[in-house]
Amino acid sequence: MNDSGDVNLTRRDLLIAGATSVVAVTLPSTMAATGPPAAGVPAVSNVTLQVNGDTRQLRLDTRTTLLDALREHLHLTGSKKGCDHGQCGACTVIVDGRRALSCLTLAVMQEGRAITTIEGLGTPENLHPMQASFVKHDGYQCGYCTPGQICSAVAVLGEIEAGIPSLVSADLTARPQATPEEIRERMSGNICRCGAYSNIVDAITDVPWRSA
Amino acid sequence: MKSFSYERAGTATEAVSAAARTPGAKFIAGGTNLLDLMKNEIETPMHLIDVNGLALDKIEATTEGGLRIGALVRNTDLAADPRVRRDYGVLSRALLAGASGQLRNAATTGGNLMQRTRCPYFYDTNQPCNKRVAGSGCGAIGGFSRGHAVIGVSDACIATHPSDMAVAMRALDATVETMRPNGSTRAIPIAEFHRLPGDTPQIETVLAAGELITAVTLPKPVGGTQIYRKVRDRASYAFALVSVAVIVQRDGSGRVALGGVAHKPWRVEAAEGQMPRGAEAVAAQLLMGARTTPENAFKVPLAERTLAAVLAEAKGDA
Repeated sequence: MNDSGDVNLTRRDLLIAGATSVVAVTLPSTMAATGPPAAGVPAVSNVTLQVNGDTRQLRLDTRTTLLDALREHLHLTGSKKGCDHGQCGACTVIVDGRRALSCLTLAVMQEGRAITTIEGLGTPENLHPMQASFVKHDGYQCGYCTPGQICSAVAVLGEIEAGIPSLVSADLTARPQATPEEIRERMSGNICRCGAYSNIVDAITDVPWRSA
Repeated sequence: MKSFSYERAGTATEAVSAAARTPGAKFIAGGTNLLDLMKNEIETPMHLIDVNGLALDKIEATTEGGLRIGALVRNTDLAADPRVRRDYGVLSRALLAGASGQLRNAATTGGNLMQRTRCPYFYDTNQPCNKRVAGSGCGAIGGFSRGHAVIGVSDACIATHPSDMAVAMRALDATVETMRPNGSTRAIPIAEFHRLPGDTPQIETVLAAGELITAVTLPKPVGGTQIYRKVRDRASYAFALVSVAVIVQRDGSGRVALGGVAHKPWRVEAAEGQMPRGAEAVAAQLLMGARTTPENAFKVPLAERTLAAVLAEAKGDA
């Protein structure tokens, strides 16, 4: 990397600067919050998001997905855009304690909800137990799907603890257990093109899931 | 995605009045299908009415001994409800066979009924599709049709309805409750809710413009052994090639509904009289008049064999 101060930009800084300039061009600040769009002018709305414990005010094109709001506007680039159509799970975040596909919901629909992204689960110095377990078990190769896998996995253990059944639960009325079979079924919405699945299952089953 | 304005409705009355006064408006709840279609510009609403704030997220007992499921009850919560797990197992199983955990957390009861076909020609805006652009033709007829419908099809459309939930609800004789734009309400038997394609495949339900689903009611439990089996190309997170919902009583009588074979959940009550005689007899009547393509003809024997398998399973349970 060039060590001259004024050009010492990382690829991420460049992406952030690019995203910011796009916002400046496409969001005229004079638009009414929720009025009908005039021909050719995108509708915009003021949106307040609670992300990782912080309250963030944004002015967004109504079309902005939660994923794009997180990545392009709040610069939380941990959540990944894989397919952008709800098929891959790379964009999984936790909303009010439940896992959600941030690419298939609008930011404006998420006002008042508590959103947790991978950045809010742990830090490099203080990993969430699920993050630590993914490291321990090598639950990834390229790492692109990993933030979604980890957010999904944290919520999966919560779902099992809450007694929510799955397709492979033999007895619908019994309490489900965090078996490898249950984990595999419940994680089927998170695709890993590197095929790290067996290590992902090991990582998840190694995390203590029952508080009592 | 086309630009749209956005508002939140607080009550069902507010939502239907907003829809009535705003041209090109659509309701949005979970959004898992609608937003995907908007990204592809297959759906192009001018205005979205967010109905997530409507208090329609409860599952309540009815005076008839059944359940009223609010239209906003999420698929996860419906599948996990202890009363549904105990008394309507086929519904829990069908829900859990659909989509992924993330999608089930967002998808609602009303939205699941309103989801649109996953026919690839419907999704590909370069292809003709009578459902997407009325009168443009059908790319699937004569095209790649392995996943398409085999019964109740027309010359205009051979798309399937993708829902698992609706197949179980058809077997359970559910009723869809709605509010019309003028605020009046009605109850629609699920058998009549979805339409066959005919020559207007773009009209998929009997709902009027701006009519809002408020609840789905289930009659009192019918007992029996309840099974939902979904046959697909992978073990999880895929749409059905064929799915079978059955409710089998101890005397061998019962109900059968199929998914993945038609433009709506497929049930022929008259065929259920054949249940004591076995799957072959039921399937012959249930799929009488099937019109297949060389690529999807396998679905007819697959449905019969899947039915045979679940009837055998039910017998073992009883």
